[in-house]
Amino acid sequence: MYTIWKENGEEVTKLEPQNKPMFWGYRRADGRVGVRNHVLILPTITCATQAAHQITQLVQGTVSFIHQHGCAQVGGDYEQTFRTYVGMGVNPNVYGVVVLGLGCETHQGWKVADEIAKSGKPVELVSIQDHGGTLMAIAQGAKIAARMVQEASAVMREPFDFSELIVGTECGGSDACSGLSANPAVGVVSDMIVDAGGTAILAETTELIGAEHLLANRAVDEKTAKRVYEVIQQMESRALMMGVDIRTGNPSPGNVEGGLSSLEEKSLGAANKSGSRPLQELIDYAQHPSKKGLVWMDTPGHDIEQLTGMVAGGAQVVLFTSGRGTPTGSPIAPVIKISTNTPMFEKMGDNMDLNAGTVIDGTESIHEVGQRIFDEIASVCSGKLTKSEILKQNDFGIWRIGPTF
Amino acid sequence: MEPNYKTVMMKPYDKVATALMDIPAGATVEVTCLDKTYTVTLADAIRFGHKFAVVPIAKGEDIVKYGEVIGIATRDIAAGEHVHVHNLEGKRGRGDKVGTAE
Repeated sequence: MYTIWKENGEEVTKLEPQNKPMFWGYRRADGRVGVRNHVLILPTITCATQAAHQITQLVQGTVSFIHQHGCAQVGGDYEQTFRTYVGMGVNPNVYGVVVLGLGCETHQGWKVADEIAKSGKPVELVSIQDHGGTLMAIAQGAKIAARMVQEASAVMREPFDFSELIVGTECGGSDACSGLSANPAVGVVSDMIVDAGGTAILAETTELIGAEHLLANRAVDEKTAKRVYEVIQQMESRALMMGVDIRTGNPSPGNVEGGLSSLEEKSLGAANKSGSRPLQELIDYAQHPSKKGLVWMDTPGHDIEQLTGMVAGGAQVVLFTSGRGTPTGSPIAPVIKISTNTPMFEKMGDNMDLNAGTVIDGTESIHEVGQRIFDEIASVCSGKLTKSEILKQNDFGIWRIGPTF
Repeated sequence: MEPNYKTVMMKPYDKVATALMDIPAGATVEVTCLDKTYTVTLADAIRFGHKFAVVPIAKGEDIVKYGEVIGIATRDIAAGEHVHVHNLEGKRGRGDKVGTAE
């Protein structure tokens, strides 16, 4: 990346232009690369979320999140929540984890801690019941967190290429411009990431109904193609079980008014985010991809649940397109929010990072916007803060697939 | 002189383009995507976000946008005509046509 030579008896260092796109990240014990260096206070149960929040108030460099999960869950629903907790802890954007439990909950803190510890990163368990109440647990957790934060701060960023990245893609609050500007631009970026040896996650199964055959046709094998139809069918049958037709009014009168003529046209706008590369595999919610390239994670369309699933699945950074504007962010992963139109970008500058509305304005091509997003990924992954990080938008929500008992 | 109407065509082999502003009937627009350029005179007024044909589309033919099929033509459509629910029919998610979907 740079050359050193002697010139007139003086040592000269010169930066060379990069052949490969790269970023400055943190290498973790399990080999994965983080783009942030957080100490995560991970509450495995609702009852511990307030204490976890208190620790983040005491110790700089820690993050946490409020949620309502972790008890009286069974079967596949228990597993999915467990996998999500572990995935958040294992995500390479996290240096170390203080798992904070109550003590009696179904999602036992020690089980989550043991699983995260397999990644080789520092993990410690604090239990409110075992440590003699909230204040003692906060004190204990804060002491551990303070030590971890100092250790974390001594880790230096190193250069890595994009093959180390898992990039989540998402759209929320879509408008008539979504399928024309921001989503195809993200599709260009998705291809660039795949071509650079990295991984791009497509998700939002609900919003791919009607475009599933296109993704199935791009599947690398029969098994993946079959799974595409399975997850679409499962998503639809969930709606049927509730006695509602998910397709009723889709495209909606507003969509038709805006020029969308069919369900597939609407879904294609969303599917655009996947670019054009082959679909390598279809993974479960909050599951880590086993392959590089384009992967599809089975998630609902709900912005926060989707985001949480992708980050728990190992995404270090997320691209989020919006036509209406949204504040969404993750406690541990930067979310780059991309506006589909210029007026919204100007109105919601607090929340939106990039503007793809230039495609609509005619001042930039989709490929130019794609390149701009790609360059922003390199900056953000090297430390540049996104709007949602600056505004402490620590959103977290698990896709629950069973009732609470 | 014709005003410079803004339109977009997503893929060079698309059969429709999308208006990026309200465009009156009779206007002549130039549509470009990569190496492909069409000059189309609009038969209908096309509102922002709506589509028009850039090539003639025969009844029963697939209509392509984003380089993908978004439905079929329910009647012959001339270049420059508005393409929407009145002459385009979705092929997917058609509970009323179970068994005939692809």
